[in-house]
Amino acid sequence: MEALNVNIPQWRDLAHWLPELILCGTFFLALLLDLITRGRRPVAPFLVTLAGLLVAFAYAVVGIPDGSQTILGDLIVVDGPAAFFRFLFIFAGLITVLFAWTSEEIMGKTREAKGEFYALIALLVAGMCVMAEARDLLMLFLSMEMVGLSSYVLAGYMRTSLRSTEASLKYVIFGAVSSGIMLYGLSLLYGLTGETTFAGIRQALLAGQVDQLTLLVVTILILAGMSYKIAAVPFHFWCPDVYEGAPTPVAAIFSVGPKAAAFALMIRFFYTTMVAGTDRIASAPLLNVVDWPLIIALISVVTMCYGNLVALRQNNVKRMLAYSSIAHVGYLLMGFLLLTTAGLQAILFYLLVYTIMNLGAFLFVVAINNHLRSENLEDYVGLGFRAPWAAAMMVVFLFSLVGIPPTAGFVGKFYLFYAVMAEQWHWLAIVGVLNSVVSLFYYMKIPKAMYFTESGETQPTGKLRIAPLQHVVLGVLCVPMLWLGLYWIFFKDAADQAIARFTVGI
Amino acid sequence: MGEHILSWMTFFPVIGAAVIAFLPAEKREVIRTTAAAAAAVPLILAVKLFIEFDRGSSAFQFVEHYEWIKAFNIEYFMGIDGLSVPMVLLTAFLSFLCIIASWRIEKAVKGYMALFLLLEAGMMGVFCALDFFLFYVFWEVMLLPMYFLIGIWGGPRREYAAIKFFLYTLAGSVLMLLAMIAFYLNVQDPVTGGHTFNMLHMFDQANHSAWLNITNVRHWLWIALFIGFAIKVPIFPFHTWLPDAHVEAPTAVSVILAGILLKMGTYGILRISYPILPDCAFWFSIPLAVLGVINILYGACCAMAQSDMKKLVAYSSISHMGYVLIGMAAAVSTVQNVNYSAAINGAVLQMFNHGTITAMLFLCVGVIYDRAHHREINGFGGLGLQMPVYTSVFSFALFAALGLPGLSGFVSEAMIFMGVFPVYRTVAIVSALGIIIGAAYVLWMLQRVFLGPKQDKYDELPEISTREMFTLVPIGILVLLFGVYPMPILNLMKVSLNNLIKVMAG
Repeated sequence: MEALNVNIPQWRDLAHWLPELILCGTFFLALLLDLITRGRRPVAPFLVTLAGLLVAFAYAVVGIPDGSQTILGDLIVVDGPAAFFRFLFIFAGLITVLFAWTSEEIMGKTREAKGEFYALIALLVAGMCVMAEARDLLMLFLSMEMVGLSSYVLAGYMRTSLRSTEASLKYVIFGAVSSGIMLYGLSLLYGLTGETTFAGIRQALLAGQVDQLTLLVVTILILAGMSYKIAAVPFHFWCPDVYEGAPTPVAAIFSVGPKAAAFALMIRFFYTTMVAGTDRIASAPLLNVVDWPLIIALISVVTMCYGNLVALRQNNVKRMLAYSSIAHVGYLLMGFLLLTTAGLQAILFYLLVYTIMNLGAFLFVVAINNHLRSENLEDYVGLGFRAPWAAAMMVVFLFSLVGIPPTAGFVGKFYLFYAVMAEQWHWLAIVGVLNSVVSLFYYMKIPKAMYFTESGETQPTGKLRIAPLQHVVLGVLCVPMLWLGLYWIFFKDAADQAIARFTVGI
Repeated sequence: MGEHILSWMTFFPVIGAAVIAFLPAEKREVIRTTAAAAAAVPLILAVKLFIEFDRGSSAFQFVEHYEWIKAFNIEYFMGIDGLSVPMVLLTAFLSFLCIIASWRIEKAVKGYMALFLLLEAGMMGVFCALDFFLFYVFWEVMLLPMYFLIGIWGGPRREYAAIKFFLYTLAGSVLMLLAMIAFYLNVQDPVTGGHTFNMLHMFDQANHSAWLNITNVRHWLWIALFIGFAIKVPIFPFHTWLPDAHVEAPTAVSVILAGILLKMGTYGILRISYPILPDCAFWFSIPLAVLGVINILYGACCAMAQSDMKKLVAYSSISHMGYVLIGMAAAVSTVQNVNYSAAINGAVLQMFNHGTITAMLFLCVGVIYDRAHHREINGFGGLGLQMPVYTSVFSFALFAALGLPGLSGFVSEAMIFMGVFPVYRTVAIVSALGIIIGAAYVLWMLQRVFLGPKQDKYDELPEISTREMFTLVPIGILVLLFGVYPMPILNLMKVSLNNLIKVMAG
């Protein structure tokens, strides 16, 4: 009797899916309001999206489920990590929406179809939440495409800008190819196991009779698709171009949201199908078939080295941050391959910190872009004195990105390296720390330009009027950076709890 | 303030910095006075410390011990013994004088003073911390203000010098971070049985895990720590950041760099490496002595070749830190070394004395640079007739540097040679050459700058001012006092240092 019920949707389960439903509703309502208010400043769609995100955020904070709850049969699961990521994504969406409202790139110039932007952000956030919850191959692919499609549109949002449309096109093409590759992997996996649910796949793999070589191919194909989403080498090529071309608020959310979502998906997929959670003994037979942690170790090292070394040469701040975000993926992958609870906890905590600091850095670029219409380092000269508060906060974000105490970035890195050292991956830890030394050099180019270089005679030195809302939002991001650098136990506990309630499935 | 004297000494400057951050930038005098007041409090507390410190005990005193991050056994653990007291006193003393010496900084006074106070807090914390994690946080916190102080207020090549300093130090400290994590994972808290960052538990070899008892592992950890500290000292071949940083930094920052930051390297070795890995200290004593000799001779020869006064003083620092190294090496080299007490006490006394003497030298160079706006040794001559008071003060400092009996540098160097001679005869003899070269570059510079006919172009140079004398005279008094009667400072450290060596020898 039990077996019969499994695939019948239980409508009352949807109560656990309230934030996602709110976000979908917000999307439609914002679109509708945009039609009505077309041609004017899109106050109504903005407010609706903001309200929708706020309500969803409140629910994500308050309504954390005690256990795990499957929805729509076994397609979706709302458990610890899902709730944690939901919180993260909605937060990122909120900050982005607030900042986009003050961004000249989004709100300036042509006055058409501005409301859609907010609607699309709501959809993107909803899609990311589903990515963190998917527990079925179909849902996995659907949610990735949902995020992908809204991303493609957002990247090309400045229709009249050549850079933006180019970014969008690149994103679409790369996205389509990698989706295709991944889909091929997924179909092979289905062919091998005859299952679409993650738990079922693991059972089938454990039962044996799976060809080792085919499974290796499957793993690589699926990894390729996910590497594209997190922008790990060698599937990173789209990342700098898209970040540079897309409107900066969009690049801000791209650098944190879809990346974190893909990590959530990777964690769930690999830790549910390819190993039995962090249970080393139960995982051994699976790891004997495919030693994917080793593959990921290689990807991790190449990714962080590549991202950091290429970032050294960048003069466009947005592009530099894009490469830096590639490097951060390399650090995060270190935690992913350990197969320990400590590793996963470190990833979650790091993603939380990374979201805040990277959003902060990108939003500073937005605030400056409003005035200078430029993201080049040469134009950042003297900003430390022209926009003192914003620049000081940028310094905090950058120090946090390097990982220097007393900022949250240090604590994040500390936990990552702790997890790596605890598993005796010493060489990986050494590569990792040396990489963060390399990263110091390019991050510090920004304070150097802002504070050290004397302004030339042609350069303006007047004070910049940073919008009050921008100062407030930057402050909201900056304070936790310092606070979490000194006392982080609350958020670390949240990450630990989330992993403790990670449902691997039976 | 009596209860938490170390915390007040560490964090009062932070409070001062926060107050300064909210003062209006135009009120320069108010800002300077606030900074001086904020630095005066630790100085007053240092006097109290000096009076109340129990000289007969090798235990840690003024201990403050609280939980910080319970889940990871990270503690707020402060305390001082005979090794840290001289350094704490030196920090409070020099920081206050440096604020006074910076009175004429006009560029962005607010930022300068706030950063300087943060720097003081970081340094103080390093010397008081007894929890490795806390130590690391303070160690790194110092980098940020130092980077900006060199980068914004420095000389023409300040951008290069600032980032070089930062990169070198961070490269060293990330290795220390990994070593710290390795210790954490392999040292057991005897009471709770958990991992611990508590240095006192790390000192006790019985708490070390089996992995930590493998000789190779210990050697690698020693090397990781050593590189971190060696960069700070700086020990050849990690010294190349020092001349750049010293030359480009503003006067007061050079004083702090040479007077306190360099001591952190040797302090770290004595506080952390020696007691945690005593066997490695014996293993490494000959290389350490050799490195010390290289430092002495190489630094002295480089100093000889300089035409820039500040660079000469910078290289002389490298040379003088070499004496500390040979003293440290000799102290542990053989258990039979009856003179270990002279070696170790001489080394730590040399750390203190070098701090005061170099501070005088840099301040003196700053005085002439403020007036003549250059530091070319060959560009001066006959200043003795023009500025007789200044000449006598500078000569006093220079004689102290070359180790004139009756001044403090002689006492510590003599003690070091007493300790080194019985164990490393060759090292002692070769090092003595450094004293001769030292006399050569000091006297040669003295001759070129102050003697000879009076030059017309310097007719306008005013005599040293009262404020400048106020910064130099107190240091001069200490140099003379400890040259004649060093017991006040030796009594502070003797018991702890002798105990350290005894414990290490088993």
